Amino acid sequence: MTTKTKAKPASEATAPRMMTGAQIVVEALREQGVSVMFGYPGGAVLPIYDALYGQDAIRHILVRHEQGAGHAAEGYARSTGKCGVALVTSGPGATNMVTPITDALMDSIPMVVITGQVPTHLIGTDAFQECDTTGITRSCAKHNYLVTDVTQLARIIHEAFYVATTGRPGPVVIDIPKDIQFATGPYIGKDGIFKPTYVPQRIPKTDAIKAAAELMTKAWRPLFYTGGGVINSGPRASEKLRELQELTGFPVTSTLMGLGAFPASHPDWLGMLGMHGSFEANNAMHDCDLMICVGARFDDRVTGRIDAFSPKSRKIHIDIDASSINKIVRVDVPVVADCAEALDALITEIKALKRKIPDLSAWRDQIDTWRARRCFTYANSAEVIKPQYAVERLYALTKDRNTYITTEVGQHQMWAAQFYHFEEPNRWMTSGGLGTMGYGLPAAVGVQSAHPDALVIDIAGEASIQMMMQELSTAVQHKLPVKVFILNNEWMGMVRQWQELLHGERYSHSYSESLPDFVMLAKALGGHGIRCDKPEDLDARILEMIDHPGPVLFDCRVERAENCLPMIPSGSAHNQMILGEITGNEVGEAGRKLV
Amino acid sequence: MTDAPKPVGGNGNGPKSAYFLSHADQAIERRTLAVLVDNEPGVLARVVGLFSGRGYNIDSLTVAEVDASQHRSRITIVTQGTAHILEQIEAQLLRIVPVAEVIDITNSKTGIERELALVKVAGTGEKRVEALRIAEIFRAHVIDTTNESFIFEVTGASEKLTQFVDLMRPLGLVEVSRTGVLSIKRGKEKG
Ligand SMILES: Cc1ncc(C[n+]2csc(CCOP(=O)(O)OP(=O)(O)O)c2C)c(N)n1
Ligand SMILES: [Mg+2]
Repeated sequence: MTTKTKAKPASEATAPRMMTGAQIVVEALREQGVSVMFGYPGGAVLPIYDALYGQDAIRHILVRHEQGAGHAAEGYARSTGKCGVALVTSGPGATNMVTPITDALMDSIPMVVITGQVPTHLIGTDAFQECDTTGITRSCAKHNYLVTDVTQLARIIHEAFYVATTGRPGPVVIDIPKDIQFATGPYIGKDGIFKPTYVPQRIPKTDAIKAAAELMTKAWRPLFYTGGGVINSGPRASEKLRELQELTGFPVTSTLMGLGAFPASHPDWLGMLGMHGSFEANNAMHDCDLMICVGARFDDRVTGRIDAFSPKSRKIHIDIDASSINKIVRVDVPVVADCAEALDALITEIKALKRKIPDLSAWRDQIDTWRARRCFTYANSAEVIKPQYAVERLYALTKDRNTYITTEVGQHQMWAAQFYHFEEPNRWMTSGGLGTMGYGLPAAVGVQSAHPDALVIDIAGEASIQMMMQELSTAVQHKLPVKVFILNNEWMGMVRQWQELLHGERYSHSYSESLPDFVMLAKALGGHGIRCDKPEDLDARILEMIDHPGPVLFDCRVERAENCLPMIPSGSAHNQMILGEITGNEVGEAGRKLV
Repeated sequence: MTDAPKPVGGNGNGPKSAYFLSHADQAIERRTLAVLVDNEPGVLARVVGLFSGRGYNIDSLTVAEVDASQHRSRITIVTQGTAHILEQIEAQLLRIVPVAEVIDITNSKTGIERELALVKVAGTGEKRVEALRIAEIFRAHVIDTTNESFIFEVTGASEKLTQFVDLMRPLGLVEVSRTGVLSIKRGKEKG
């Protein structure tokens, strides 16, 4: 390891405190302001666990599976804007972390993962529980370190936090061999940590802002297309987005990741865009003459067919990651910057221009005609609970509380995005980029640990929940009263829907056979179980769930064959949405090959 | 990659959206990039992993520490792709935390590229004389010789090396070892 810290001025320099590597870890976490971490012990991290013993600055939440620790750290991070921290042992502990690390990379979530490693002299010998953690995580972490010298340990930990939380945030792995944890070294504070090769560009270039403002003050059919970057940038970015929107009056849509940055109750809100987004949002994307992309990355779930993507628009793209710009879609005005800084600069510039913004009423009228299609309408039923109705009721009964929503992956996730509405950032935690079934429950554990008094609900599917089910036991142990609201359709609904759409209704292995009795399962794990299968009982049961002081597993039996619509099938254009029913003939040969 | 905005016109009267340009330019180009990195463990694996992970090509790659006091290494990569891919490669390289700088040698007026090859040729009589004659033309040095063989050391642009090797083929070429391309810029400036 090489030293890259700037030397402290001599006047400040005092003899560093000496401590063991394990104590350095705990001290560095404490100095970084970590108050909660998630982990699972094992041979290669025992010294660190020993240093955690008997201290109360950092609350350690013992999970039931290392993947749970990773997603919990992600949930914690997304609901607080702080860095999530997970601690796991070598070998299987580290490999179990690969999914959450990748998940955090895809969704740009700041996370520091500390893994134990076999002692330095055993590295490379195929020792018990040895794996090449830095090799395995190289492509799925933003950065990683193997610590081979205890004198570098404190600096590396501080640098890891700096890298994880700045620029485009992401997961950073620190692999610490056991002998380093026992060795004695100096503790170095976090001040002055600086990495010359890593200098994120936060402030936008003036000419880029000028060009963007120029376009924005002349557009007739403008649209904000916002993403997770607005959330990741911090609450100031959401404030600036609202301010800029108020200044311009432009309509706003957002990706799945960006929900909450702009209030869903606002008249200019178009709802989410993309594969299961709203008719008005997708058509506005297709027909706009100016697209202002803020902290989103033209993901394939958003763009649909690329050569038919928003053909008539100029595009401004604000992103802190230069490699996201012009990656998928060519843009006219690239702005490499932190979202909050860029939005702030745009506000100043547009105000300074003192120009009359074109009259948007024709554009508004057009949008209203799309809105009038009421694309999320579904046929409700008095006999069975429709999944959309379930989320609508959940929303109605929880929206005025201090609520945080996480999800698993599948149809329920999309219904949650469509029917649960967010007014604020950091309230919505879902696995967007990786689409990880099993994310929601551990993420809820992480959220609840940061917000003990809040109502934290995982909107789940019966298949997804079984991937990380055991974390309910974590919630029970740590008195984290998370609520798991399962939209139980007895199917891997999203898979079933694709098989209906693309494979001639040949439902290969997508039925959830041998489902557990979730009410009994909840009891077995120390939680409370609720079942509901009648629309008329739903409200009362939801209120029972809310009122229960501990963790709840809610088995909400819903319509089994419901499809999640509207939908843009892979490879179709934004203005080719399926609105009503799936006929099976929507997708051609080329589209079937897409994911 | 810079974020200097491309020129844009006003109310639809100016040039068409840059969006339409993305499909215009599909020709494959070859490019030499110098990548200055912190010489920390795993940095080469990160760079190589980026190319394999994202499906980019590597035609040649060289690496060595060039500044011990600053722990800087210089990696020269020769790659190929469309203009769009090449732009992505540069941007993706810059995302790697220990990457300090990426220099496009091919598109720099002052860029120089050199390669070194060791070429073993075995033969006697006419062919042996001819090999030596050609070596002289290419300013190759003989660094090892037996009664029946030579090893030539030849430096220059990659095409020159390839040409030399091709000429040696009928004269008893045994084997070749090449360094891959090294790069630097002319003039007194660094980088
Ligand atoms: C770990 C993982 N494995 C497989 C998938 C593929 N997948 C996407 S949705 C889905 C079905 C989810 O079923 P369920 O949790 O019941 O949700 P539903 O769609 O029925 O609401 C599957 C298998 C995935 N996203 N993640
Ligand atoms: Mg299901």
